[in-house]
Order: sequence, then structure tokens, then C-alpha cells
Amino acid sequence: MTNNEKAPKADSLLLEVRGLKKHFPVFRGLIAQRVVGWVKAVDDVSFFIRRGETLGLVGESGCGKTTTGRCILQLDRPTAGEVLFAGQDLARMSDAELRPLRRKMQIVFQDPYSSLNPRMTIGQIIGEPIVVHRIAQNGGECRDRVDELLLVVGLNPHMAGRYSHELSGGQRQRVGVARALALEPEFIVCDEPISALDVSIQAQIINLLEELQERFSLTYLFIAHDLSVVRHISDRIAVMYLGKVVEIAGRQELYESPLHPYTKALLSAVPIPDPAVEAKREHIVLGGEVPSALSPPFGCVFHPRCPIAIDECSRALPELREVRHGHWVACIRA
Amino acid sequence: MAGLLEVRDLKTYFFTSQGVVKAVDGVSYDVAPGETVALVGESGCGKTMSALSIMRLVPKPQGAITGGEIYFQGRDLLQLNEEEMRRIRGAEIAMIFQEPMTSLNPVLTIGRQITETLEAHGAGAKEEATERALELLRMVGIPDPRRRLASYPHQLSGGMRQRVMIAIALSCKPRLILADEPTTALDVTIQAQILELMRDLSRQFGVALLIITHNLGVVARYADRVHVMYAGKIIESASSREIYQNPRHPYTLGLLRSVPRLDQPRKAKLDPIEGQPPDLWNLPPGCSFSPRCRFAIERCRGEVPPLREVREGHHSACWVAESLGQRVNR
Repeated sequence: MTNNEKAPKADSLLLEVRGLKKHFPVFRGLIAQRVVGWVKAVDDVSFFIRRGETLGLVGESGCGKTTTGRCILQLDRPTAGEVLFAGQDLARMSDAELRPLRRKMQIVFQDPYSSLNPRMTIGQIIGEPIVVHRIAQNGGECRDRVDELLLVVGLNPHMAGRYSHELSGGQRQRVGVARALALEPEFIVCDEPISALDVSIQAQIINLLEELQERFSLTYLFIAHDLSVVRHISDRIAVMYLGKVVEIAGRQELYESPLHPYTKALLSAVPIPDPAVEAKREHIVLGGEVPSALSPPFGCVFHPRCPIAIDECSRALPELREVRHGHWVACIRA
Repeated sequence: MAGLLEVRDLKTYFFTSQGVVKAVDGVSYDVAPGETVALVGESGCGKTMSALSIMRLVPKPQGAITGGEIYFQGRDLLQLNEEEMRRIRGAEIAMIFQEPMTSLNPVLTIGRQITETLEAHGAGAKEEATERALELLRMVGIPDPRRRLASYPHQLSGGMRQRVMIAIALSCKPRLILADEPTTALDVTIQAQILELMRDLSRQFGVALLIITHNLGVVARYADRVHVMYAGKIIESASSREIYQNPRHPYTLGLLRSVPRLDQPRKAKLDPIEGQPPDLWNLPPGCSFSPRCRFAIERCRGEVPPLREVREGHHSACWVAESLGQRVNR
């Protein structure tokens, strides 16, 4: 697969993120609170997603991948930067202006246990967005739509009367997907949709997401930390570390010839369920831990853990540059 | 093979208002000195309860060990009184839990938590215990250990906390460590660090490891033997090389096939295990896996298949294990 990162046609783009920043204040003091620092959860992130494409966003916990997803949907308002959805900058819109656009952008959450209201029936949960956005003319129409959505995600319409505690983890996540589909969105942020599920169920949900993408021409931002799953589902992949995108490439390219030392380490840390293969593999075990986003290292944020860092890496922040067609990396040694 | 740990027909049941849950239902396995053994399975399969049973820490009053024997160095742990059992916990068998934040005491310093264990098992003077704590922290690779002795758990990252847990587990030089999902709560790059550390230390001190995990990939690199559990029973066991190359139970096969693998070309579609995890209150008759099994025959729905040897050192609880082998090797 080849990617023309540089100049994609405007009408083929669904989403473009430019210089996105989200900084959270850190307070000290119980009564007289003052700001003592800023956590740069997302710091100058740019990428785009084409219509019908899946962009995988990977990184370890705390790297800012979830915050990036939430900032795109304006669930968290960005500190700076632009989020262009079909050409319109969401970051500048008021809540009232955003409201009609929210129909087109939905989210599937990680934890299917805490993201479903335990006091609502499955039917009410899936029907709520339909009611809120006044899609259905009457109650009967709403129920029909809920039944249809349950069938679409592979559940029996009888489930509409049940409560979430009666369902297994995989069934709950199907409900989460049905709720996201209720408003016929164009774009869905899948925030670690399978990491809370049992291994035997994960593949079911992945297959479901792929079928739905094809059937309804959906565009996904797929956030995850499991690189083998991300390779499976994504067309292109962006790797984040400490609030920054360090590498973006097509899936094949990224897995066959990763350039950033962090991407290489991440790939080598993924276990392969075959002892014969494992014995022959070269493992890069990174020393140290992810530094605090409160005081990120100067220069390249990865340099304190980087096996190939040189003096220069601690002096200046490396730009994300295109080293090959469609392959971007933020490393001066790549 | 002289067993360090021999579990025989262990049964741990839970008596709830909705009925009896057979969390562990007739499980047997051995751990030899210095060996690394893995119990693999999904949530609710009984792997954690099987480890808690060894420590005699099954939650009361609902849970109880209702049958079987657990021999540790020749003694049946189930016959010991509470005082004798207390001397074994921590000193001879140590445990590492999944969530290092909730298993460390938040109001005690790291140093105190290590010396507490040492003192509980009678390790001499206070200075001596502190020196030993320092040595342990150094051993598990914690930088600046003297300063860390005075730190509280919340001041440490997840990976560092898990290192502290390992230090505590090693503190009394146990013969066996039970590690319940030791890396699940950690990031991928930190997981690798912790697993390497556990392997090095267990080799260095000759400690046997029982790793409990849902991640088949983790097991591949570190375990000598693997036991796969489903709905309270061991359904397959073999050396780790054998189980990956020659799985003889449809569930193991399904688990191996359903995960995308980085070392293989991308598949157009994943091959999941159909259906839902078993409802432990309401298990089907016959083989518990039969409703989800694509190889199931009539017999599977009526008769529980026993765990039997299908190849040398390779056991499977499946009526069609032999023909399964032919299909896999195709």
C-alpha cells in the first residue's frame, strides 16, 4: 500500500489535526490553589485521516493517545491547535455549533463495564442518542431502530429489555458499538475497545468493527497499546511517546522497516506465542521508564531511554520529517 | 521428577445464593524445583483460585477447598493448622499479585514493607533487616535504593512497584513464587523488563515460578510447562514448545489462532472463538467447551472428557484430540 502523505486531496480527507496541544494544569494547596505546573498530555500533534481509512494510534499508558482522541471529539477542549473535520475547525466552535456535528463523530470506550449505565436497559442505552437527537418520530420507530442496531452488532433484539450486568464483557462491548452506530456517524474513535475483553472474545469484536466499517463506510481512529492488533486493523499507524507523535507510516512499512528507536523497541517487546520463534528473536529491552509528562526531558523526549542517542539528541527537539514516501519520523538518527 | 509442589485433584468451590460455582474442579499438576510453570486461561477459568488455594487464602465464607491434596516438599498444606501455614506463606511460598498499587500498603514506606516481612519470619536485628532490604532493592534493579527505602508506593511508577513486590517475594528466600498476572497492569516495554528480571532471579536463586496469565505470548518465552484451564479444569498440558507447535485441544488451538501475530503476514480476517465465555453457574453437560467448539461431536455433549495422555508428556481433555492433530498439521 502506498500513501501520499504530502498532498492528499482535500475531499478525500475526513479529519486533519494540526499542532494539537492539550496541557492540564497541576494545582497545589487546598484552599488557595495555585498552578504549579502543566502536564503536557498532548504536545504539538499533527496527522490526518482519509475517508474510510483506519488510523491506528499506539503508545504506552500516559503517552496522550486517549487525550488526543478526546480532543478530536471536543470531549476535552484542546489548549491549542486545529481539528478540521470535513474542513471545519471543531476547536473554534461553540458547544451549540458543535451539537449537530456530534452526530457524525462517535466513540467506543475501553471499559464496557463502566461505560454502560447500570440503571438503564440495553434498549434505553442504545435509544438514548436517537431520542436526544430527535431522529425517531415516535417510540415505535425508536424501538425498531434499536432492534435493527442490535441485529447489526450480532445481538438478539430480545436483549433490549435486559440490563448490562446480565451481559458478558463481549456482549457489552457490542452494545457500546451499537450505541456509537445509532446516529449513523462517519467517524468513530475506538479507544482501546478490546483491551478489557477476554482473549477469545477480542477477535470477535475486531471482526465486527471491520465488517461495520465496510458496510457503513466508517472512518476509524483506533487507539490501542497492542501492536499486533493495531497492525491487523489499521491502514496507517501513528506511534506516540510522551505527548508527541514520533513516527507515522503505512502498516506494512511500519512493521517491516520501523525507523524510530522507540517503535523498534515497542515491536520487539510484543510477545509471539511460539517458543521456537521467540528463541530466535532479538529483544530490545528498554532501560528506565517513561519520564513524567510534568517535566519531560529537554530535546528529544525519548533520548534518556534511547539506545542510539547522541549528545545532539538532548539539545534540540527533532522535527517530524518525511524520510520516505508517506513515512514520517521524529528522530535525527533515523 | 521430584515435585516441589504437587497439586492433586484440587477442588475449590464457592457457595453463593445463586448456586455452587466450581471455580477449581479437580485440578492436578506438579512444579519441580527451579522450574517455571504457567497456568493459562481467561477470566473466571479458576487459575487465580488455584493459586490462592495453595496459599490457603480462598475468600471466606463463600469459598472453600472441598477436596484434594496440595503437597509442598512432601507435606500436605491442607492438613496444616493456621500457625504452621503462616510460617510457610512468604517464607517458603511467596506471591506476586497483578496490581502492585493495591497489593502494597499505601501508608508504609517501601523499606518498612520489606523489613516487616523479614521480621515476621524472624530475621534478626533491625539494622540487619534494613541492610537486607537495601540488598534486595539493588537486586531487583531499583536505582538509588537507599533513598527508595523511605519512599511510599505512590511515589513509584507501576514498574518500580512491581520490582518492590518481587523484592518482598524474594526477601525470605522462598522455594516457590506464585505470580498472578505479574505484568498485566504494566506497559509493554516494562513488561519485558519485569519478565526478564523474574527469569534471571529465579535462575540465580533456583526458585520455582508458577506464572498465572491470560497471555499466551508471555508464556511462550518464559515457561517450561504450560497448563491451559477452562471453566475450572485443566484441559491441556504439555511443555511450552509442544503446546504451541502441536495443540491438541480445540480451545488452545482457538486461542492461538484468534490472536493476530506480528511474525506472520496479516490475515484478512481473524479467526475468533465463537460464542460467550462459560456461565459458571450453569455449565453445559459434557465438555464445558462443547457449545463453542467447531470440532464437537455428539459424545462431547454428554460425557466429560478426561485429561489423558495423547502424546508423550502431552495431555488433553478432548474426545477428538487425535483427529485434531491431523487437522492442525495439515
